This record gives sequence, structure tokens and C-alpha cells, in this order.
Amino acid sequence: MNTISVVHLSKRYGDTLAVDDIGFEVSRGRTLGLLGGNGAGKTTTIAMLLGLLIPTSGSITILGHDMAKDRFAALARMNFSSPYVALPGRLTVEENLRVYAHLYGVRGIDRRIGELAEQLDLGALLNRAAGELSAGQKTRVALAKSLINRPDVLLLDEPTASLDPDTGDLVRSWLERYRAESGCTILLASHNMAEVERLCDEVVMLKQGRVVDRGAPADLLERYGRDDLEQVFLDIARDRALTQEAT
Amino acid sequence: MNASVMASGQRVWGLMYRHLALFRRSWPRLLELAYWPVLQMCIWGFTSSFLATRQGSPAALAGGALIGGVLLWEVSLRSQMGMSITFLEEIWSRNLGHVFVSPLRPFELVAALIGMSAIRMFAGVIPAALLAWALYAFNVFAMGPVILLFFLNLMVMGWAVALAVISLILRHGAGAEALAWSVLFGLTPFAAVFYPVSVLPLPLQWVAFIVPASHVFEGMRAALGGVIAWDQLALAVGMNVLWLAGAAWIFRRQFQVARTRGALMTIGE
Repeated sequence: MNTISVVHLSKRYGDTLAVDDIGFEVSRGRTLGLLGGNGAGKTTTIAMLLGLLIPTSGSITILGHDMAKDRFAALARMNFSSPYVALPGRLTVEENLRVYAHLYGVRGIDRRIGELAEQLDLGALLNRAAGELSAGQKTRVALAKSLINRPDVLLLDEPTASLDPDTGDLVRSWLERYRAESGCTILLASHNMAEVERLCDEVVMLKQGRVVDRGAPADLLERYGRDDLEQVFLDIARDRALTQEAT
Repeated sequence: MNASVMASGQRVWGLMYRHLALFRRSWPRLLELAYWPVLQMCIWGFTSSFLATRQGSPAALAGGALIGGVLLWEVSLRSQMGMSITFLEEIWSRNLGHVFVSPLRPFELVAALIGMSAIRMFAGVIPAALLAWALYAFNVFAMGPVILLFFLNLMVMGWAVALAVISLILRHGAGAEALAWSVLFGLTPFAAVFYPVSVLPLPLQWVAFIVPASHVFEGMRAALGGVIAWDQLALAVGMNVLWLAGAAWIFRRQFQVARTRGALMTIGE
């Protein structure tokens, strides 16, 4: 059974069709990349997967739960990280993690915070206000928050945006390790094509709300005759046909 | 205890802890809670004292009603503001997205907001009540145990109004924020805080009839005279049940509309 199953999903705002009849599946322990330019429908799709937004039509099933009827059962086993959604800046890192540990029903909160602090090198930050941290530190804290409940499904919206290469690599390594150890299913929206190539088993390309292509990164590279996913992304974004000679 | 009830309680506590942690490190926030109720008590308490010294015992009774009115009306005001502002804190910190994708149910969010509202209200009203006792020898508890029913009814009315304000914020975003401070003040003329309902013109007496607080304040004036007006308390409870049911319906509906329109993703922007 697929961990995430999206069938004929659409979202309409007035005359605008933000997501147009898309579908995909992700099985346990796999990572799916959701790619597309600005306005392609990635954020809208993630919001519907998280239950923040009610679809106009279609269905979403996560961990066997229909998100239209039983989203809270799934949400307890999911988590989410995005640099565009902040954590309360006046609370310390430890207080923030404690809040979300309670919200997600974590048992052994002190132990779990200690584990995450050790694994993500947050020990020195625990007593600092979240609002005073650097972008890289905030991303590590956001990642710790997203792992507080040992999620079976992790939704990541540009998890390494605004990070220096060293910190970005640290985060990617940590995600690879967590997935290998836990069997977590990850859905990743990113504009960093190297990151997508490294982390994703499959990629869904969105454009103007529609799925325009999909496949494993290696298959897409071969199909488009390109050396890296960024060129494939540009081919799709600029409507260059598959058969057209790469320039 | 049932495991799902325990889990629900843990989520409610999680959100309350987030707001209590803010107060733990910020004395100006704590001071702000008591500032306005204490200031009101100073102004109206000295006014009452002045009236009592100039005009004798009937004015002293009126002075007592004035101080009692100020104190009890603060219960409603602080309850309403405490709940609305706690919700606004989530918007201001851009944290609402994380809260709404957690397993926290909407009714648990409301329960946490009510819990914080009660804490904020007591932190504001208790210093004012102590001041009334110390400066004007006005003991609000001299009215007897019925005062607890007055408190409860005024708190519930504040929560119902706050739920309606939060619904408007969900519907209209930051544009409706100002209502968190102002909306209940608009009901003051019909709440019969400082004068009996009979003073109002007849059409306005009907408006006052549907405001739960007007029955509480009629009851308070009776209690100051040594009488417990159970009929007024029953009307206050009845109106509060209607107000709370109406506000809960509006909140539930606006929450669904917000999820349909995508407002939970953009609220506060």
C-alpha cells in the first residue's frame, strides 16, 4: 500500500485553477520531489496534503487515512518544515521543541529533545531565543521540530533555502540518515536541483498546476538528454520539446 | 483516564505552555495585564469616594455599585481580549501554519485560548480587586458565593464575543485585528454596567435584554442590596448559552471557509 496517494486532485480559486487534476503515489521509505517554477502549484499541493487547504476535487490518502475525513489521525504521524513558516521567536529553542512535543503527543519529551539536540548539534542553542538565531541555525531548529514526533511522513518545503553549502549538506546528510533508519516517507519541494537529484527516488514536474512529467532523476536526465536536473527543469519551464536538440 | 482525553489534554497544555513561556520571561507583558484594570479602579474608585463624601449613604451605595460594575465589567473585557489576543499572538509570530498542521483539533485550540484567557483575566482583575479592598474598603466577595456565578457568566460572554472576533479575523485577516480591543466596549451602553436597564429607552431595553451582562449587573445591584436575583442569573445563563452556541457555529463555519479559501496559509500577511 502507498504511504501517500493523491488522485485527481484539483484546487480552484475563482477563475484560477491552481492545481489541475494531478495524481501521484509515494510508497514507504521513498522520497518524492515536487518540482516546478513559482506558481506551479507546489505550495498549494503541500497545503492540501497537510489539511490546511480543502481541495476542490480529488482525494488524498496518507498512511491509510482519507485526509478529507480523518486528517488528525494522519497528522499525528506526519510533520512539516518550511523556512517560510516561523517558530515563535521569543521562545527559546528548548521551549519551542517542548511546545511541539506536547502538540504531537510525544512521550519522554526531555529524552527526545536531548536526542535531537545531540544529532543536530543544537546543544548550545537550546537556551537561546529562536528569533535570535542565524538562518542556518533556524533551519536546524525547524528540522528538529519536524522530527520531534519521529514522523512516518515528512513534508519539506525548500528545507535548505538560504543555507550555506556546508549547512545544506549537513541537513541533506541528516535527512538521508533519518530516512534510512526510520523508513520515513518524504515529500520534498525544492528549487535546488542538486539536492533533488541526491535525495529523491522520483520527481514530479509541475507547471501551471499540471503534472507535465515524472520519473526517477536518472530517467529524466536520459529522456531529456541532459547532464543535470537543472537543465531538465529549464527545458520544461521554457517549453522545449523532448525531441528538440539541447542548446 | 481515557487515552484520547489525555492526548487531547496534552495538546491543549502544549499551546498554553507556548503562551505561558512568553510571560515567564517578560515582566512588561505581566504588567500590561494588570495595568488597565488597576487604572480603571483608581479613576472610578476615587470618583465613588468623592460622591460618597459629598452626598451621604445613598451615594455610597451607588459608589459601591460603580466600583463593583467597573470590576465585573473588567472580567468580561479581559476574558474577551485575553482570548482574542492569544490567537493574534500566533498570527504575529507567523506560527499558525505549524499549529494548524499539528494534530491539534479546532476545539482544542479554543480550549487552550479559553485557558489562557482565564489566566490573563485573573492576572488583571485580582490586583484591581485587591486595590478596591485596600483603597475603598470595597470587598467584591461580600456579595457572597453568587459572585462566582457573576464571574462565570461574564467570562463566558467574553469568550463568546472573542470567538466571534476570531471568526472575523479568519474571514478578513489582519483588517479585523482592531476588533480584538474595541468590540466589547461597544456593548457597554447595553450591558447596564453603571445604571439599571430601566434608564434606557424602551427599544434599547430590548437590546440590553439579549446582552447576558445586563442581567449580571442587574443581579449585582440586587446583591449589593442583600437580594439574590435568581431570575436575572437564569436569564444571563440562557443568553450565554445562545451566544456561545451562535459563536461556536460561526467559528466552525469560518474555519471551514478559511480552509477552502487558503486563508490559514496567508492570514496575517
